[in-house]
Amino acid sequence: MNPQVHAIRLGLRRGWTEFVLSLRSPQDQGFYLFMAVITLGYLWANRNSEIEGSDLLVPTYALPSILGALLAFGVIIGPAYSLAMEREDGTLLRHKALPHGMTGYVTGQLLYHSLGLVPLLTVILLPSFLLFDDLMHRGAAGWLTLLWVLALGLLATLPLGMIIGSLVPSVQKVGTWGMLPVLAVTAISGIFVPIQALWGWVQGIAQVFPTYWIGLGMRSAFLPDAARSLEIGDSWRAGMTVLVLAAWAVFGLLMTPRVLRRMARRQSGSQVAAAKDAALQWVK
Amino acid sequence: MLGEDPASGGDAWRARVGVVLQSWRDHARWSPRRLLDQLGGFFEPYSTPERRRPYEVDRLLDVVGLTGHADRKIGTLSGGQRRRLDVAVGIIGRPELLFLDEPTAGFDPQARRDFHELVHRLSDLEGTSILLTTHDLGEAERLADRILILANGRIVADGSADELTRQVAGTAEVRWACGAERFVHPTDDVVPFVRRLFEQHGDELTDLEVRRASLEDTYLAMVQRFEAGDRTARQLAEVTR
Repeated sequence: MNPQVHAIRLGLRRGWTEFVLSLRSPQDQGFYLFMAVITLGYLWANRNSEIEGSDLLVPTYALPSILGALLAFGVIIGPAYSLAMEREDGTLLRHKALPHGMTGYVTGQLLYHSLGLVPLLTVILLPSFLLFDDLMHRGAAGWLTLLWVLALGLLATLPLGMIIGSLVPSVQKVGTWGMLPVLAVTAISGIFVPIQALWGWVQGIAQVFPTYWIGLGMRSAFLPDAARSLEIGDSWRAGMTVLVLAAWAVFGLLMTPRVLRRMARRQSGSQVAAAKDAALQWVK
Repeated sequence: MLGEDPASGGDAWRARVGVVLQSWRDHARWSPRRLLDQLGGFFEPYSTPERRRPYEVDRLLDVVGLTGHADRKIGTLSGGQRRRLDVAVGIIGRPELLFLDEPTAGFDPQARRDFHELVHRLSDLEGTSILLTTHDLGEAERLADRILILANGRIVADGSADELTRQVAGTAEVRWACGAERFVHPTDDVVPFVRRLFEQHGDELTDLEVRRASLEDTYLAMVQRFEAGDRTARQLAEVTR
C-alpha cells in the first residue's frame, strides 16, 4: 500500500464527508438559498429590460455571466475562508501530525469545494430555466461548453483560493486580502455591464484575471451567435479563453504546493492558541 | 526523539508519535466515530504484525469513555468530552510516544479525576510512553514516574516525586502540642525527631502530626532558589541527558 496514494484516497473520502455534512447543515443550506434568492431576484426584477445594442433580455445575457462570477468568486473565497479558519481551529495541525496528513487534507479541500458548486449551480439554474425563456441558445453543444468552462475555470481559480487562505495572517483578514480584490476583479469583469462599456485600461486589467474569461466562456455556451457583437473583437475568443485559464491553472499548480508547504511548516500549537485569543479581541 | 530530529522527521516517524494539544475547536460538524475513522485511516500503511495500526474505533471510544456520544456532533460535546476525544485522536495510531499538553487545564475536579483515570488506563496500554506538561503539581505527583521541572526554559530538576522532595531540605514538618501550647518544626529525619519528642514529653504530648513536603513545596523551593541566582547548587544542576 503506497502511503501517498492511500492518503489521497482518504482525502477524497474526507471531501465527500465534508460535502454531505455541509448539505445537512442549516447554515450552508441558508447560504445556497440566499445566493439563489439574490440572483433570481436580480434577474426577475430586470426580466423585461433589454441589453443596450442588442435585442437580448437581461436575464438571458446576465445569467451566464453570473454563473461565471459565482464560480470564480465562490471557488476563491470559499477555500480561502475555510483554509484560514482551519488553520486557526486546529484542523490543519491535526493533519500535520498524521503521516501524509497534509496530502489528505488538501485533497479533501479540493474535492469539497469542487462539489460545493453542484448545489450552488442547481439552485440557480433550475429555477432560472423555469422562470425565464430562451436562456440556452446552443443546445447540447452549449452544455458541453459549459462543462469544459466549469472544469477549466475550477482549475484556474481553486488554487488561488488556497493560496489566499494560506497567506492571510488571520481569518479576519480574509475580507481585506481576499474578498476586496476578488470583488473588485468581479466588478470589472463584464458580469453586470458588458465589458465594452468600460474604459479601455479597465478592460485591459479585467482580461488579466480568470473571472472575465470564465464569464466569456459561459456566455459563449448560452448566448446566440449574434451576441458576439457585445464582446471585445466581436468574438468568443475560445482559444484565448483556454489559453488564459490554462495559464492560471499552471500557475496555481506550481505555486500552491509551495505556499501550502510553507504554511504547514509554520503551523504550531501556540499559533492556534494565539488565534483563539485573537478571536476574542475584535477591536485592536 | 525516537532517534530523529522532530523538525526533519519523515512520515513514517510521524506515525510513531501522538500529540494532544490544547485549544482544538475543529470538526464541529463531524461525529467522534466518523472523525476517528477518518484520521485513523492514515496509519493503516504503517501497521505491522507486532503493532497493529490504527486502534479499532469502538475499542478506543470505550477506552476514553465516549461510547455513548460516538454519533453526536463534536460541536455539542462538553469540554471534558472533547478533551477525551482529542486523546483518542492522539493515540489512534498506537504511538510509541504520546504528548499531552496541559490536558486538564480548565477542568472541574470531577472531570480532572476522570481524566487522571484515563491517563492511568493509557499507561496500561502496551508500549506507549506519555509525556505530559502541567502546572498542577498534584497532578504530576499522582500520574508521573519521572518529573522534570522547567524554569525559564531550562531543566532545573529531574527525578521521581520522592527523589525531588528529598532533594530539598526540611522535607517534613512536625507539629505537636503539649497541653495548650503548639509547636512546629521542619526536619529531615522524622523518625529520630519524633522518638526524641516522646522521650522528652512522654504523656504530656496531646497532639502529633507529621506532614511530608508536597511536590508543590519542593517546586516552589527549587524555583525560588533558581530565581535567586543559585544555579550551581547540587540539586539544581542542569540535567543534560
